[in-house]
Amino acid sequence: MAEATLDQGDLMRTADGTPLKISIARAMRRNKLKALALIAPLFVFILFSFLIPIIDMSLRSVDNSVIPDVLPNTVAALADWDGEGLPPEEAFAALAADMKAGRESRDIGKVATRLNYELSGMRGTVMGTARRIASVDEGPYQEALIKANKDWSDPATWKLLKRLSSPYTMGYYLNAVDMRFDVDGNIEAQPDFRQIYVDLFLRTFWMSILITGLTILLGYPIAHLMATLPLRYSNLLMILVLLPFWTSLLVRTTAWIVMLQSEGVLNDLLVWVGVFSDDARPQLVYNKIGTIVAMTHILLPFMVLPLYSVMKTIPPSYMRAARSLGANQFTAFVRIYMPQTLSGIGAGSILVFILAIGYYITPALVGGTSGTLISNQIAYHMQQSLNWGLAAALGVILLATVIALYFLYNRIVGVDKMKLG
Amino acid sequence: MNSGQEDFIVQFVGVQKSYDGETLVVKDLNLNVQRGEFLTMLGPSGSGKTTVLMMLAGFEVPTHGEILLNGQPINNVPPHKRGIGMVFQNYALFPHMTIAENLAFPLQVRRMGKAEAEEKVNRALSMVRLDGFGNRRPAQLSGGQQQRVAVARALVFEPELVLMDEPLGALDKNLREEMQFEIKHIHDSLGVSVVYVTHDQSEALTMSNRIAVFDDGVIQQLATPPTLYEEPENAFVAAFIGENNRLTGRITGTNGNSCTVELDSGGTVEALAVNIAGQGEKTTLSLRPERVLINPPQDKYPNTFEAKVEELIYLGDHIRTRINFAGNDQFVVKVPNAQGHAIIDEGGSVRVGWAMEDCRALDAS
Repeated sequence: MAEATLDQGDLMRTADGTPLKISIARAMRRNKLKALALIAPLFVFILFSFLIPIIDMSLRSVDNSVIPDVLPNTVAALADWDGEGLPPEEAFAALAADMKAGRESRDIGKVATRLNYELSGMRGTVMGTARRIASVDEGPYQEALIKANKDWSDPATWKLLKRLSSPYTMGYYLNAVDMRFDVDGNIEAQPDFRQIYVDLFLRTFWMSILITGLTILLGYPIAHLMATLPLRYSNLLMILVLLPFWTSLLVRTTAWIVMLQSEGVLNDLLVWVGVFSDDARPQLVYNKIGTIVAMTHILLPFMVLPLYSVMKTIPPSYMRAARSLGANQFTAFVRIYMPQTLSGIGAGSILVFILAIGYYITPALVGGTSGTLISNQIAYHMQQSLNWGLAAALGVILLATVIALYFLYNRIVGVDKMKLG
Repeated sequence: MNSGQEDFIVQFVGVQKSYDGETLVVKDLNLNVQRGEFLTMLGPSGSGKTTVLMMLAGFEVPTHGEILLNGQPINNVPPHKRGIGMVFQNYALFPHMTIAENLAFPLQVRRMGKAEAEEKVNRALSMVRLDGFGNRRPAQLSGGQQQRVAVARALVFEPELVLMDEPLGALDKNLREEMQFEIKHIHDSLGVSVVYVTHDQSEALTMSNRIAVFDDGVIQQLATPPTLYEEPENAFVAAFIGENNRLTGRITGTNGNSCTVELDSGGTVEALAVNIAGQGEKTTLSLRPERVLINPPQDKYPNTFEAKVEELIYLGDHIRTRINFAGNDQFVVKVPNAQGHAIIDEGGSVRVGWAMEDCRALDAS
């Protein structure tokens, strides 16, 4: 008969002699397939609407294929150049040939744009040269190119081309952290007037932390109230907390503009009460204050709901027990109640913080120049400057930060303890 | 000090409690708890017993009247200054602390030195036989172990008085009985006063020095367990404590401490007059099933009747016999499974009888 222990030669078998493991797998397969079929539509949707776009955008942050694609001969000719002085005549000839081909296929504009990211003024250089070189049919091309634009007599221009020969580049990432390659390909800081992204990242972080802190401060008491009030009142409060969700984000943000602007409700009230004189109204919107106030309001429910769901599970007997053991109200609250709400604070904080560092619409509307965040800069590069590579690099840095924070949170609090509702 | 009050650790003087201003949950409570006593408040849910406990702990304020602890009024003393230990129904062990931290908590808030606190924690742990469990979390303990920790935590700061609010309600039957004895032994060895709330009468009978039976916000009877069981003073206590045959009728005559009752369903019974209004008034008779004899010796009891056997249930140590007595077919007799006990047939007829003293004539309700 079948033994309870499994030896090498003596497998557990079913009545007809099939090994038990195989028949279990067979019996489970149908259920597994059914489960897979149910989630398949969502998986396909996520794949095409979320994963593939993200991966594609991320790749743009290192993508440099335009130079090798449009200037293949130049790249090949520069491969052996040692970078001393001007490159040999073959390189000039190759560049002229590539430019003619590029002009015909209309791809030369991409090269011009790409080179312009690295060195301002290169757009004009490339476009002008391409136009003039089109009529030159024979060499020496060195002379012709330098005649077309004197930038080609500068070794730095050629060094730039050689540096960009690879199909991949770190240039966008360096740009995103206010660095750049110098003429010799060494990494250096951007000149002061072009340093914006690091400051913007730092501003995004401290404002997100501040907003997270404010939502905890404002959300904790209301969540506590909701968790302790009788159901009748707590339901009403819950509706009030959720009410903003039923209003368009745009409406809520513009409502804050109405509230906070110089001739707005709050300022009028402050002047009427006499806190400020009429000609010294404080600027409350189109700056950091506007962004902080509006985003705190908009993100508050994301803090209140996780807090509430945790607080709801803490029976009042804990506080009573603490008090019967000799702790006053304050000690009981700090030592017994608060530690038990930590998982709620953690869940709410990570939710609000992640939403805040990627927030776009509200800072765009009420932020002015001093209250915009990194996401507004990403949008600018996506829509206005069309420097998608830089936008992608900024986005990847943001995404990496969020993922790192998530793992940190998992390490410290544990994601399995996170309660969202 | 007044020597008459010296024996009481807690006194309730005319205490009333209302939550909504319309109904009284506790009506005029006067109760003295003796020092070192194990007093149980027993009653159905909604009888006000837990409210009384919460007022004593300080979580509820009496609407009227006064509570004295060691002769001092404590109506305005907050819970944490009363120095009363409390064990909660769901144990209320702090889940984010280890067992040792839980036990040390009351000592820490009293600013006790670390070494002294540690020693007391260890002593408390060995008192409830949980040595070595100090570093575990409450969730890693079984229900019975958590219960013992909760008891230890309520005792570790050496209060004179410990309150227990249905502490064994969540345990299964065997564990509950084990814990009953354990709590009883701890009470005996420490000499601490305990006020215990439960709705489980066997728990109350097992553990208590005295039991206060609550119903409708009023103490129906306050007595020792044997007195409560054998000499209930009213129909509610008789019905609530133990099994009870309830017969209703009208008093037709009294003779010293006995009275004659004519049952509503016909027949006349001699009963002990305990709590009756007077001749011609209605009364409830209470008769314990184990005090009814099958085939009693002729002429021994004034109450002897013929009855029809409706149902027999074999319970091992006794046979539960349901008979139809004078139109009342819920009349139960416990026949002990002793040697030579009467053989009864279902559907047959049987003679039953009982002593006058065992049939108590109580109030009408």
